[in-house]
Amino acid sequence: MTQYEPVIGLEIHGELLTNSKMFCSCSADYGSAPEPNVNICPTCTGLPGALPVANKKAIELAALVGLALNCSINKHNTFARKNYYYPDLPKGYQISQYELPIAEKGLLEVNDVDEKQLKVRVRRVHLEEDTAKLSHEKNNALVDFNRAGVPLLEIVSEPDMRTVEAALDYATKIRAILRYLGVNSGDMEKGVLRFEANISVRPIGSDEFRTRTEIKNLNSFRALVRASQYEIERQIKIYEDGGEVIQETLGWDDARSVTTSQRSKEDAHDYRYFPEPDLPPLQLTDSWIDTIRTQLPELPEAKTKRFITDFELKPSEAIFLTSDISLANYFEEVIKYAKSSAKIISTWIAGEFIRNVNELNVDVNTVPAKSLAQLVNMVTDKTISGNAGKVVLAELFKSGGDPAEIVKEKNLAQVSDESFIQEAITKILDDNPSEIEKYHAGKDTLLQWFVGQVARATKGKADPVITKELMLKGLEERRK
Amino acid sequence: MELTNLTIQEASELLKTKKISSVELTQAMLKRAHDVDSKVKSYVTITDDVALEQAKQADERIAKNDNVTPLTGIPFAMKDCISTRGIKTTCSSKILENYVPQYNATVTNKLNEAGAVLVGKTNMDEFGMGSSTENSGFFTTRNPWNLDYVPGGSSGGAAAAMSASLATFSIGEDTGGSVRQPASFCNITGIKPTYGRVSRYGLISLVSSFDGIGPMARDVYDCATVLEHIAGHDENDSTTYQSPVPHYTSTINKPIKKMKLGIPKEYFVAGMEAGVQSALQEAIRTYEKLGMEIHEVSLPHTKYGLPVYYLLLFAEASSNLARFDGTRFGLSVSKNAKDVIDIYLQTRREGFGDEVKRRIMLGAYALSAGYYDAYYLKAQKVRTLLRRDFETALASCDVLLAPISPTTAFKIGEKTNDPLDMYLSDIYTVATNPAGVPALALPAGFSKDMPVGMQLIGKHLDEATLFQVGHAYQQVTDWHKKLPNL
Repeated sequence: MTQYEPVIGLEIHGELLTNSKMFCSCSADYGSAPEPNVNICPTCTGLPGALPVANKKAIELAALVGLALNCSINKHNTFARKNYYYPDLPKGYQISQYELPIAEKGLLEVNDVDEKQLKVRVRRVHLEEDTAKLSHEKNNALVDFNRAGVPLLEIVSEPDMRTVEAALDYATKIRAILRYLGVNSGDMEKGVLRFEANISVRPIGSDEFRTRTEIKNLNSFRALVRASQYEIERQIKIYEDGGEVIQETLGWDDARSVTTSQRSKEDAHDYRYFPEPDLPPLQLTDSWIDTIRTQLPELPEAKTKRFITDFELKPSEAIFLTSDISLANYFEEVIKYAKSSAKIISTWIAGEFIRNVNELNVDVNTVPAKSLAQLVNMVTDKTISGNAGKVVLAELFKSGGDPAEIVKEKNLAQVSDESFIQEAITKILDDNPSEIEKYHAGKDTLLQWFVGQVARATKGKADPVITKELMLKGLEERRK
Repeated sequence: MELTNLTIQEASELLKTKKISSVELTQAMLKRAHDVDSKVKSYVTITDDVALEQAKQADERIAKNDNVTPLTGIPFAMKDCISTRGIKTTCSSKILENYVPQYNATVTNKLNEAGAVLVGKTNMDEFGMGSSTENSGFFTTRNPWNLDYVPGGSSGGAAAAMSASLATFSIGEDTGGSVRQPASFCNITGIKPTYGRVSRYGLISLVSSFDGIGPMARDVYDCATVLEHIAGHDENDSTTYQSPVPHYTSTINKPIKKMKLGIPKEYFVAGMEAGVQSALQEAIRTYEKLGMEIHEVSLPHTKYGLPVYYLLLFAEASSNLARFDGTRFGLSVSKNAKDVIDIYLQTRREGFGDEVKRRIMLGAYALSAGYYDAYYLKAQKVRTLLRRDFETALASCDVLLAPISPTTAFKIGEKTNDPLDMYLSDIYTVATNPAGVPALALPAGFSKDMPVGMQLIGKHLDEATLFQVGHAYQQVTDWHKKLPNL
């Protein structure tokens, strides 16, 4: 039976974090608008006679992204009109870039399956404007132009990916880079980043490009993965049944977990692109590009390497910490205040800390770096036990405050006083004769359970090393 | 003294010396507009209340001597494609019949700041698509020199209003001759400035890369005065030039002796009406007498001017007119509409006239996949050649002199059944717009009792020389002073 492989290319649309819109001075912060249609003007509502003026900041940010993705910057680049009718498009055309985008021919290294590295080519990075937002009611639709004209960046890859895993890593890395550059919040739920996957399949070993389909508006990594997997299976089945894949635009129905046809090739738009006559071509100079280049921050790849070298972290630890700029910054901030090793801090952040962040769905800065550093310090110098540290951390996430105060309030300070620990041990041994029996019968693993019981009884205050020692002794003493 | 016949220069002097008030002048203009315009039909909207209020303010400004400009208190008419906040701006299209802009065009703001007084908005070919004002969605404007004749177009209303003494100056818009040809047909002076010299912000676009707002007035001096006030860089229009606006009127009297006048040979060929030809020959002789050196020059790609112009016009216009979809402003027709596409179709079917629909279809076609290279792209390449033609010719001459139209005004209805014949009447004016160069239209005589105009074409941003050469001609001729009997 023929084995198939997918051929995947991704288009990523990201809104740019500028103060004003792409072609007018209205606020681009539509998320904070108190009501619909307040951040609007003649230009972004397409009133007759209104003209666009390109946003300088957006051009800078687009060039920054281009440079971060190892693209070449087109010193002469132009805006173009993409003509089509839709109620969310006030002018009847979207101002975009077509023949000469601001950046093209980039490269991004991603992780593929089996620990393989894959170099994905970035075809182009171009600027355009977002559309208005439609909300559908029973018999009509309402249009909110607060979003109309917000700067959008489109990043288009070549069809270089052969696994969904590689596509996911590419998308994840692009998001991370956009966040590192501070050009996009990466907030997928708010729709500031959207994916489109171009997918075809072919027999493994073949180098042909078969008919592809395009899945639009994928708003999460999960949707990207599931829709791609579904579409690959669907196409393989078509070929196995002797059919032909037809070129079409698809949507992803998350509830039903299927891709659905939106537009076939026959109905495809002819966008009638032509150079935007209201905007002169952008002429960028080498010195301008150099200035932008100096604004490039340390990117994920470089940061990972530095973390491995400077902090002696394992690659997996460094990759995790640098996967998000705020996490990486947080880690380095904690390091500044901590007396403990980077390794220990990394373990705390990658473990208990991120578990809380994810569970509570909060920002990493919810607990100040200084507080976490103090907490880890207390564990390291044995003021509190590791278990008590977890309690303190949970409290810091819940209500904040000073870690030392919390230890005092909750009476969590670690005790190494043997008589205090012995008292707890005696009680636990007295209460659990059957477990003692099982232990004596050879179930050694129960030792950890007994130690855990002591930690529980003392609310984590008992020094675990001393506890273990005394517990072993106690158990031996009771051996008949 | 007939108040309505005054030039800006004359009226301004009388206002400043308080011999007349702006309210008097405006009232006279409004009265005449209401008396005469039923015959000429130059105005779509007469703005009595706005005009009188602005006139009152102008008088106060003059009384306090507060920043008085040569335009303070001067009544003017404006082509109805330039946005005026709170005042209907229709482009003479049914689709905008009741559209009231929420904002002012930059030119409107500049004229307000200068203290000019808006008498009304003038009729035009719908969205500027036409050469006779017969394509207005509302009514046809008539030529004050003979009411059975067209005033030209598309700024026919603005030209007729000037010619009929219903405004002291007009603001027109020229995409391919729309200021110059009606100026020529109605015996007034008008200029299409360099592309990018006057802000287009608030001008309802026909062809974004050709459109140019320009003054129409009784003489060259007045045109220069108005252009000084409306030109300049605008942060809302990225296609405007940064360079400062010269003080045209202070160099307008410089002698023209020894300057070089180019005569493009491709513009003087068979097909021109005899009276037009002789008027132009006479004008050339006048310049010779004034000491100019006459040189024949060549604009070799002239014959491609018309197809290049119309092709690019269709293409850009098809896109520029996409926003008229019945969802946010203007006409909206949704009888039993099934969906939003149905609303678009019904609105545009009812709202646009035939010529507009024809051009949208041709433009969409020219931009379509598979045709783009052969039409749009090719036309853009030839456009570069047209621009070079003018650059080359003007490298050896100070200005070029050319006809504006092969004929004088034609009869109403004469060309309406043949769009191509109508397009051909633009043959001498269209090439300047793709090239972006400025061109000044001025009266040069009469042929069979109808006015003949000529144009002076200049270098990029060199309006000053055009005014200087045009003004010199008007110092020794009085064609521009002739008024129609109404």
